[in-house]
Amino acid sequence: MGLSILDIYLLAPEITMVAFSLLVIFAGLKWGNSSIPIYLFLLAAIVSFSLSVFLWMRVDAYGPEMFMNESLILDKYAIFFKCLILIAIALIVLVSKSPLDDFKYRAEFVGLAMLSLVGLMLLPSAADLITIFVAIELASLPIVALAAFATGIDKSSESGLKFLVLSAISSALLLYGFAFFYGAAGTLQVVALDDSTLTISSMLTSLDAGMPFGSVPILVATILSISGLGFKLSLVPFQMWTPDVYEGAPTSVGAMLSVASKAAGFALLLRILYTTLNHEVISGDWSLLLALIAAITMTVGNLVAITQKDLKRLLAYSAIAQAGYVLVGVASFSDFGNDQQLGSESVLFYLAGYAAMNVAAFAVVILTVHRKQTSQIISLEGLGISSPLLAGTLAVSLLALTGIPPSVGFMGKFFIFNAAISADLTWLVIIGVINSAISAYYYLNIIKIMYLREPTVTESQWRVGLAPSLILLLTSGATLFLGVFPKPLLNLVREAALSII
Amino acid sequence: MLTSIIFLPSAGAFLLVLAGKNPKICRFIALFIVIMELILALALFVSFDRSATGFSFIERLTWVAPFNIQYLLAVDGLSVSLVLLNAILGVTAVLISWTVAERVREYFILLLLLQTAVMGVFISMDLFLFFVFWELELIPMYFLIARWGSGRKEYSAMKVLLFTLIGSAFMFVSIIALYFSQPVGDRTFDMIALAQSDLGGVVSSAGIISTGFLIAFAVKLPIFPFHTWLPDAHTDAPTAISVMLAGVLLKMGGYGLIRINSGIFPDQLSEFAPFLAIAAVINVIYGAFIVMRQTDIKRLIAYSSVSHMGFVVLGLSSFGGAVTSTAAINGAALQLFSHGIITALLFVCAGLIYERTHTRYIPDMGGLITKMPLIGIPFIIAGLASLGLPSTSGFVAEILIFLGAYGAYPLATAVCAFGVVLAAGYMLWVIQRTLFGPSLERWKDLKDANAPGIWAMVVLLIPILLIGVYPRILLDVFENSILRIAMGLT
Repeated sequence: MGLSILDIYLLAPEITMVAFSLLVIFAGLKWGNSSIPIYLFLLAAIVSFSLSVFLWMRVDAYGPEMFMNESLILDKYAIFFKCLILIAIALIVLVSKSPLDDFKYRAEFVGLAMLSLVGLMLLPSAADLITIFVAIELASLPIVALAAFATGIDKSSESGLKFLVLSAISSALLLYGFAFFYGAAGTLQVVALDDSTLTISSMLTSLDAGMPFGSVPILVATILSISGLGFKLSLVPFQMWTPDVYEGAPTSVGAMLSVASKAAGFALLLRILYTTLNHEVISGDWSLLLALIAAITMTVGNLVAITQKDLKRLLAYSAIAQAGYVLVGVASFSDFGNDQQLGSESVLFYLAGYAAMNVAAFAVVILTVHRKQTSQIISLEGLGISSPLLAGTLAVSLLALTGIPPSVGFMGKFFIFNAAISADLTWLVIIGVINSAISAYYYLNIIKIMYLREPTVTESQWRVGLAPSLILLLTSGATLFLGVFPKPLLNLVREAALSII
Repeated sequence: MLTSIIFLPSAGAFLLVLAGKNPKICRFIALFIVIMELILALALFVSFDRSATGFSFIERLTWVAPFNIQYLLAVDGLSVSLVLLNAILGVTAVLISWTVAERVREYFILLLLLQTAVMGVFISMDLFLFFVFWELELIPMYFLIARWGSGRKEYSAMKVLLFTLIGSAFMFVSIIALYFSQPVGDRTFDMIALAQSDLGGVVSSAGIISTGFLIAFAVKLPIFPFHTWLPDAHTDAPTAISVMLAGVLLKMGGYGLIRINSGIFPDQLSEFAPFLAIAAVINVIYGAFIVMRQTDIKRLIAYSSVSHMGFVVLGLSSFGGAVTSTAAINGAALQLFSHGIITALLFVCAGLIYERTHTRYIPDMGGLITKMPLIGIPFIIAGLASLGLPSTSGFVAEILIFLGAYGAYPLATAVCAFGVVLAAGYMLWVIQRTLFGPSLERWKDLKDANAPGIWAMVVLLIPILLIGVYPRILLDVFENSILRIAMGLT
């Protein structure tokens, strides 16, 4: 037992983040109205990211390691997600710099975001069910406060309360599910590097092939866990809270939820399914279950998005639909030799690409909502003239979300559907591609409003600050670049994905 | 060579981004680029080895290695002729857009991007790359119609976009399914290799896979009942885009049918042949009857496209019928080119007339020939070519199709041949209603075509007459390629 130096080193990115988050909150007492909290956060993000890169090299040399009494695992898969989440949240906070000026407690906002970030970074590393649960709580609870941060606005408080209730329900479901896993297997361990440690999957011996999920406890455990995670990932039919929370909460919070929380949630889902439930008797069952959820999620998300008038609500439904596409990749689990890694690797690729395009889209929305103080889609009229950069970025990201080449969205969808067809889920792919076509309607509608409508009030040119401009260029550039040259990212996700097989 | 053909227009688009907003400069840059593109296409046309049965000018690079996706460009005769068609229409489109007044720079940027995408479709021989260009073409198309069109332009733009996207969704699934249906290790998107391997015989699901392609191309061509996007889009688009739509975008569907459905899935296509023959008859006859009752001149031309594309389908339906005939497929390929040029000219004339009279309502016109002979005469020539008058390119294409298809489907061919009679009816009637008759008082101040308009028509008149008189100039180019495709049938 006890904590060794190695444990601390392996956990250094998270420890840095925690230390800095406290520093940010304390600094806020004195310099709350300056930009110091944000700069501190930026510093923390850079340090934490560099440490993660060192750890990647270490794993590259020595292989994956378990630490902290085997409650955490450090493999390329975990580090990949840590970096992805870190970059996404750093970009979102940075682009929200001026919108954050509206808040009285700016430092606390940043500090809470950092704590949530720590939870999200721990999640892909968590190796047993208790750690998973703690990490989820750490990630969710700060969001409750953040969602309600716009003091004096009813919708924001409502959003915070909704998120709190939802978190409680989903955590309860999840915990109940975990209890059944423990009951069935007698252990909480999800991953282990050698056979000496018992894991849930090694204890699943007496499974009945004639029964869904092999046995009743596993059936209940899986359904409850997937329901719990379904709330977090806003999968249909657990999606009802999403649009309300996105609409009421500060836009940056919606962005974090839709990009970072989603990535961490899928990281967890994939890890549990591929390591714990990777059993020939039951893999077909959960694959089918997830395929069905994916089909409903895509369809409902896209169809409801069509009628939205509010930009934030629309992005919420778009996030639901996008989660459906990712879920297609998760469901594409196949045990046949060569194509085995296709599903997980496509999920990782899509999540990375989705981070780029959705951060780009949300960055624009954060800036426009702040400036216009309304999130009606119609308020974007004439944006193509008043700010070509913002309009261009949003157009690129929305086309990418639709899946139009050459963008990372197209490549990502191609990889996902590829995996699904290799896993014999052709029916799901047909639903998926038709959904993509439907989604063109509402995504293009926004672009149409930006470029084709004359603005009702003539607006002056709108200059965006240097840092937000760079972020807009970076994310939209990455969206296009990875669509034409997917190879670097593909190699990266392939390495990461191989470590959970 | 091929890379420069594809990307020269996008380089031009980039140049326009840098060039600033002066409309005059933008027009000349765009014109310069499309003329250069035409020169490149002509160079390709001239230097293409007419005796070659395979592909030439191959450029092959690995793109996404794990999935064996390649950046593979190559042309055979079929591609060469369509590249030339696209380059000619590119020049026409820029010339006819000379009078576009708002947001000129953005307009030409999108137009040039559209040309890049269409070139990419005709030259890519990797299915994945083909699909990328296929989808890419939609975005400039959408904005050109929705921004610069007329009437219910946003509705029409969205309609064409959604129709094509849903159609191509099926193609996307088929492309992936085709990849995975090949044995591990040999999987490829390479259309040349796929056409050579006897895929249809090996892959059990080839029938379903080829249906996916067929749906996408049927929407694009269009084949009844997937044609409803066409009249709306053609009518509401600005003139240059109607030219591009009817001239080359429909040809993408025909090209796909010949290249993929007959090239890669010959056996499956011949199983579909009876249905294609029926579809052809419906397209030709139903299309022609709808044309009869149109009062909007652009809508009329649009529906005549539906009717004429029926001939292409008829040509393909003879594939694998009782008598396999390369004549019909040669005719279909020639029809793609010839209809592209003729309809483009019809739209150009209609656009020029509209620009002057500000109406597309046929009964409002009349006697225009006296005021604008330089528009009227090309309109007459295009109309006659469209109805298949000998010595125009339309005649050669249709006669070849009928000759080839008669052996396989005599009845369908006979009915379709009646479509030519109908075409003569509606074309002569529309010419009579618009150009002749008493000249109306309200049109007494009309001016004739301006210089860019005249050039736009000249560019199109040359190939119509040249091919009509000497069809071998084009037939020579794709005959061997068509022969190769037809030989694929087992």
